Amino acid sequence: MSYIKCKNLVLGYEGMVVAENISFEVNKGDYLCIVGENGAGKSTLMKTLLGLTPPMGGVFECSDGLNAHEIGYLPQQTFVQRDFPASVWEIVLSGTLSSCGRRPFFGRAQKELAEKNMRRMDIWNLRKECYRKLSGGQQQRVLLARALCASSVLLVLDEPVTGLDPKATVEFYQLIKRLNNEGLTIIMVSHDVQAAIEYASHILHIEKERSFIGTVQEYMESEFWRELANKLEM
Amino acid sequence: MLVNSCQGSGLIEGIERIMIEEIQFYISYPFVRYALIVGTLIALCSSLLGVSLVLKRFSYIGDGLSHVAFGALAVASVFNLTNNTLVVMPVTIAAAILLLRTGQNTKLYGDSAIAMVSVGALAVGYLVMNLFSTSANVSGDVCSTLFGSTSILTLTRAEVALCIVMSVIVVALFVLLYNRIFAVTFDENFARATGVKAQLYNTLIAVITAIIIVLAMNLVGSLLVSALVVFPALSAMRVIKSFKGVVIYSAVISVCCSLVGITLSILFSTPVGSTIVAANIVVFIGNCIAGRRH
Repeated sequence: MSYIKCKNLVLGYEGMVVAENISFEVNKGDYLCIVGENGAGKSTLMKTLLGLTPPMGGVFECSDGLNAHEIGYLPQQTFVQRDFPASVWEIVLSGTLSSCGRRPFFGRAQKELAEKNMRRMDIWNLRKECYRKLSGGQQQRVLLARALCASSVLLVLDEPVTGLDPKATVEFYQLIKRLNNEGLTIIMVSHDVQAAIEYASHILHIEKERSFIGTVQEYMESEFWRELANKLEM
Repeated sequence: MLVNSCQGSGLIEGIERIMIEEIQFYISYPFVRYALIVGTLIALCSSLLGVSLVLKRFSYIGDGLSHVAFGALAVASVFNLTNNTLVVMPVTIAAAILLLRTGQNTKLYGDSAIAMVSVGALAVGYLVMNLFSTSANVSGDVCSTLFGSTSILTLTRAEVALCIVMSVIVVALFVLLYNRIFAVTFDENFARATGVKAQLYNTLIAVITAIIIVLAMNLVGSLLVSALVVFPALSAMRVIKSFKGVVIYSAVISVCCSLVGITLSILFSTPVGSTIVAANIVVFIGNCIAGRRH
């Protein structure tokens, strides 16, 4: 059962090709890490998965009961959010917007969903706090709760540990692993290859003209991993 | 001592009585009532949108638009049209959409493009007014368009009706779309990924801003319009922690400042626009101090 199927995908924006020949599948329950050097097209691939940037070529399909927009997204923090006056409750509740349809206001179902996910992320007691006063780890858990409100099956995370201290980073990875064990499919863009091979089930390594997709085991036997290891040793 | 303080409080009571009588006297005139109604409504609308504009870093749109509206008004008045708003409103709305597009395109020096458009409109407006105006007092006209001066007190019944209709539409739209506006303001990418048509709401915000700016030009003049948009939101953000709280508190601040400003300007014959903005500055400083102590 595959949620997302990509074949010979060409990525880019404003007419410029960033990466090509990307083919992979994401199946239910996978924990896929997308790695690659800066500028290799990781962020563009992520935007394509979310439907924000259309692919320049190739095939991109969402299938098997995964509706478009039924993706929980954890974006990188923007500078707008750093001094944004909003309570934790308001932010998490805004994740349920897609289930409102055309109705202008949140109903009981949305509020119950928000409460459930806040308890799941252990931030229910912070619900009246101001988002900008929270620590980095707490802010990530708020955004994670919001993403879980938007989708109960697939999470897409963009460099989620940037700016977190080492302890919060480990806690965050364990939290994601726990969600994966509960049955959620995870796609994470990361530059942290060590954590990727420790926690993920599959690795997608993209470069400008070639890419690798396979399990962590296969990745560590591939030339991509050898080249990376050589670079690290030097 | 005792006698003195009694006299003191008697004096204050006397002044209060005179002021209240004076307010009652003025309020019996329809033009003062019109000014108060229009002032309250415009303050309410501008503060509601102001929160979103400030947080999305769109304040520059308000500023740029006010200059464009000035240019359009100058051209319209030269042609001696019976209703200037019919020309100024569409031009400003078109400029709003244009500014929004260029502002988002960071590669094309968005901020310089806006500076160009707004200052250009200002210069052309002033030029046109000087070259073609039939009025005897051009600099007086320019000053009142820029700073509002007395035009708020010469509103006609039709202008008041237009303002009421527009304000009802703006407030209704804001309430109905409140949750979506919050989502787009806080995190546009997330909103788009979950199926919210972010670009539509951005355009809507820009169009409504244009409408409010054209209406508010009567009240405070085109140079001071952005103060009405920016100040209440910034004041409220100093002390309030939630988005809903900020929206409500900034609406309260804006309406109160507007009412106090109009009343004071009538009592002491000061310019309406700058008195309202001065009231907003005082409130902003007060909120800054309160926010520090928190």
